[in-house]
Amino acid sequence: MFRKLPDPAAPTVTVTIDGRAHTVAAHETAASAALLAGMGATRRSPVTGEPRAPFCMMGVCYECLMVIDDVPSRQACLVTVADGMRIDRQPGARALDFGGEDA
Amino acid sequence: MTVEADVVIVGGGLHGCSAALHLAQRGQRVVLLERRHVGRHSSGINAGGVRTMNRDPAEIGLSVAGMELWRRIGELVGDDCGFHAHGQIRVAETDAELAKVADRVAMVRGLGFRHEELIERDELRRLVPAIAPHCVGGLIVRDDGAADPYRTTLAFGRRAAALGADIREGEGLVALERAGADWLAVGEQGRYRAPVVVNAAGAWAGDVAAMVGDRFDLRVRASMMMVTERVPHFLDPVIAAVGRALSFKQSDAGTVVIGGGQQGVADRHTETTRIAFANLARSAVAATALFPAMRGVRLVRSWCGIEAETPDHLPVLGRSVAAEGVIHSFGYSGHGFQLGPICGAVVADLVTRGGTNLPISGLAPGRFGERFAGRP
Amino acid sequence: MAEMQDLVVVGAGPAGLAAATQAAELGLSATVLDEQPAPGGQIYRAVERAAQGPAAAALGEDFRHGLSVVDAFRRSGAGYRPGLQVWQVEQSGEVLASDGQRSEAFPARRAVIAVGASERPVPIPGWTLPGVMTVGAGQILLKSSGMMPSGETWVAGSGPLPLLYLSQIIAAGGRIAGYIDTTPAANGLAAGPHLFAALRNLPYLRKGLKLRGVLRRSGIPVHRADSVEAAGDGRVERVRFRAGGAWQEKPCDLLMLHEGVVPNVHVTMAVGCAHGWDDRQKCFRPTLDEWGRTDIQPILVAGDCGGIEGARAAELRGRLVALGAAADLGRIDQATRDRLARPLRRELGRHLPIRAFLDTLFTPRPEVLSPPDAVIACRCESVTAGQVRETVRIGAVGPNQAKSFIRCGMGPCQGRFCGLTVTGIIAEATGRTPGEVGFFRIRPPLKTLTLGELAALAE
Repeated sequence: MFRKLPDPAAPTVTVTIDGRAHTVAAHETAASAALLAGMGATRRSPVTGEPRAPFCMMGVCYECLMVIDDVPSRQACLVTVADGMRIDRQPGARALDFGGEDA
Repeated sequence: MTVEADVVIVGGGLHGCSAALHLAQRGQRVVLLERRHVGRHSSGINAGGVRTMNRDPAEIGLSVAGMELWRRIGELVGDDCGFHAHGQIRVAETDAELAKVADRVAMVRGLGFRHEELIERDELRRLVPAIAPHCVGGLIVRDDGAADPYRTTLAFGRRAAALGADIREGEGLVALERAGADWLAVGEQGRYRAPVVVNAAGAWAGDVAAMVGDRFDLRVRASMMMVTERVPHFLDPVIAAVGRALSFKQSDAGTVVIGGGQQGVADRHTETTRIAFANLARSAVAATALFPAMRGVRLVRSWCGIEAETPDHLPVLGRSVAAEGVIHSFGYSGHGFQLGPICGAVVADLVTRGGTNLPISGLAPGRFGERFAGRP
Repeated sequence: MAEMQDLVVVGAGPAGLAAATQAAELGLSATVLDEQPAPGGQIYRAVERAAQGPAAAALGEDFRHGLSVVDAFRRSGAGYRPGLQVWQVEQSGEVLASDGQRSEAFPARRAVIAVGASERPVPIPGWTLPGVMTVGAGQILLKSSGMMPSGETWVAGSGPLPLLYLSQIIAAGGRIAGYIDTTPAANGLAAGPHLFAALRNLPYLRKGLKLRGVLRRSGIPVHRADSVEAAGDGRVERVRFRAGGAWQEKPCDLLMLHEGVVPNVHVTMAVGCAHGWDDRQKCFRPTLDEWGRTDIQPILVAGDCGGIEGARAAELRGRLVALGAAADLGRIDQATRDRLARPLRRELGRHLPIRAFLDTLFTPRPEVLSPPDAVIACRCESVTAGQVRETVRIGAVGPNQAKSFIRCGMGPCQGRFCGLTVTGIIAEATGRTPGEVGFFRIRPPLKTLTLGELAALAE
């Protein structure tokens, strides 16, 4: 879907996208990194379960909600990547952890 | 041309629509005047609590009687109104709070009602697995619940209209004048004449009362509500707290709706409200204290309605002191939703039978004394 | 709480940066709050890095102009707080913003709302499929991260942006499978009378013609179509369009849509400023005077969120708003304000006359404003246009009732990607103008924030 124009001078970081390690430019957003990784759907709609993916890339549409470093419902297009970041698909409604045996 | 009717109702909130429905059911010719549209203000956007729990003794009998109507709401209005009877629980966080609950239960039993019960830690945990571990029990009414307020108000209006009530949206009341033994209601669009006027004008009821010579010391309430993003199903009953202003429930959609009476800013002249975030933050404190896992959940939207509050926080329901042929039904002060169906029946009783068997003696318009009811 | 500022500016695009720069030059305290990590807004997104990056040449001179705007801002001494989401603007001018962990209050004598524009929703069948995005999103990826479409990429829509984006991709050596031009043929005729005024901005017109020339010479197929659909199983696999009455279908793994841009009015609407319907631009915009003042004294508006005028005009508007505020706050007298404003207004006069021509030429087809029943109108809540029409049938007179009935506009985007569609559908169904129908009441917060963060304000 997308490719990068060569930019050898750009510093890079390593992130985990959907469980796989990727080396990406340090200025990438979590959403652009997911697009480059060919992730396809980055979440499922909490209403219908349909697959969705980044749409506006400017923080308006909330389609790019993802689980980033275990925090759900982050707008991936507004999060700059960092070394070691984990970027995961959000499966429908965000999870809620009540902890302990009562969860 | 003047429209002739048996009853003119001012206000298309839940109470006005319910009165219209009950009156139309009894064959009365009803005209309802609504300045905007049905359910525009508090009726359409309140917390939707269908609650008999923890009411003032003056309201308990009426509220309990009202529950009968809620149980057959589909039959009454042709729509289930999104009503679920999953219970309401008022959570105690300390032993001292639980002791208050015990006193409350004893007091209510003394009045002859058995719907409120005390539950202890294990039962609370069983019913609300997600509750914070420090909570020790609470007050419960097992068949209380919640409904969709907008859908409910619309269903009452729609059924009233189907039974022949003339519901006029976009029709504001300008003046009420005596016309012989009748009242002439002068609207922005038309004129309406009837022997009886019902004042169900919510936050604006004081203005309507003044038109017939009644004076009430009313304040405007703007209880704030907020709703979160969708989360997986984790909660059935509606949760309140003994020591905090909170109402907390999960909707069918999975969103969590949080209220409890923290006040926003309302201007009833412009019909606008604003959120006071410093106050709303207290609702967030209360919600996250009882459900710590909610701290990371995202708030999507907040709002508040406008309604009237009386000095004793009890509604004004009954005949006007100053004027013949005027029935007041307003001032529900933040807890009128559950009472909507039954109060319409009360109004219909007062109009068609001249009295009611339902317990409303503590809600009489004259209770505030000479200074506030009657000619100034 | 931050220190009281003369101006707190929301948005670091050309309008916001220029407002803060001008204010600082006049000795006012000013701080810009912005969501992005670097200044420039969407139009000059990441310009400081991109102007040195591999896409620099392809992005062109107009993009490069953003460097001068950013440089002037960096030198001005105005405050800058990137990475903050503004979630509430009070009528007092105080602005509340979050860094994702913690919220901070920014008290201000004047709040300058400079939040720009976003792309008009393009509700077509299949527009929620992964692989469908906006042309603006594609261009942001090019600017901020040097990303080029690869594979079977189609661009569908109307307006200057698709032409610009296509020419940038061509210049960067990229490949586009085809352009589906949805500009209604009749628009050209309607725009004709505005052409004479547009000639006053000849350089802009020339640029437009040049872009069309680049596209023609590139050999990218161009189809004039009056309807577009995306289809696929779990992601976009095909694009369908109706050209000359006949449907065609092409393989497609990336579809970019665009039907013009509209002002971001959520902030000014939430504050409670007066707005009106702009029938030429088919959007709502706040009612402003020549100094960007709204009907609420501490709230000022600069740039495209006050009405679409383009990046250069936004920069001038930003400076004018700062001049007006400086005079209103007693920092300069009116004569000084008017003297400093004169050259800015003269330059603005060169940029504005072309708008009527562009707005009319690129007026979206009716199907964009009021899509067919089966099309998703509200992406967040998956509500179709048909469901919105059904609420009208059962008595909804406006968007707020439709919202109460079927949850359209209740999702996290707060109606930003369905508001105009819902208004358009109800207007069409009830035979009223969009201005009469109105827009969603915007409920705070402007951007979602966690309950923990809200609670922290009281703890």
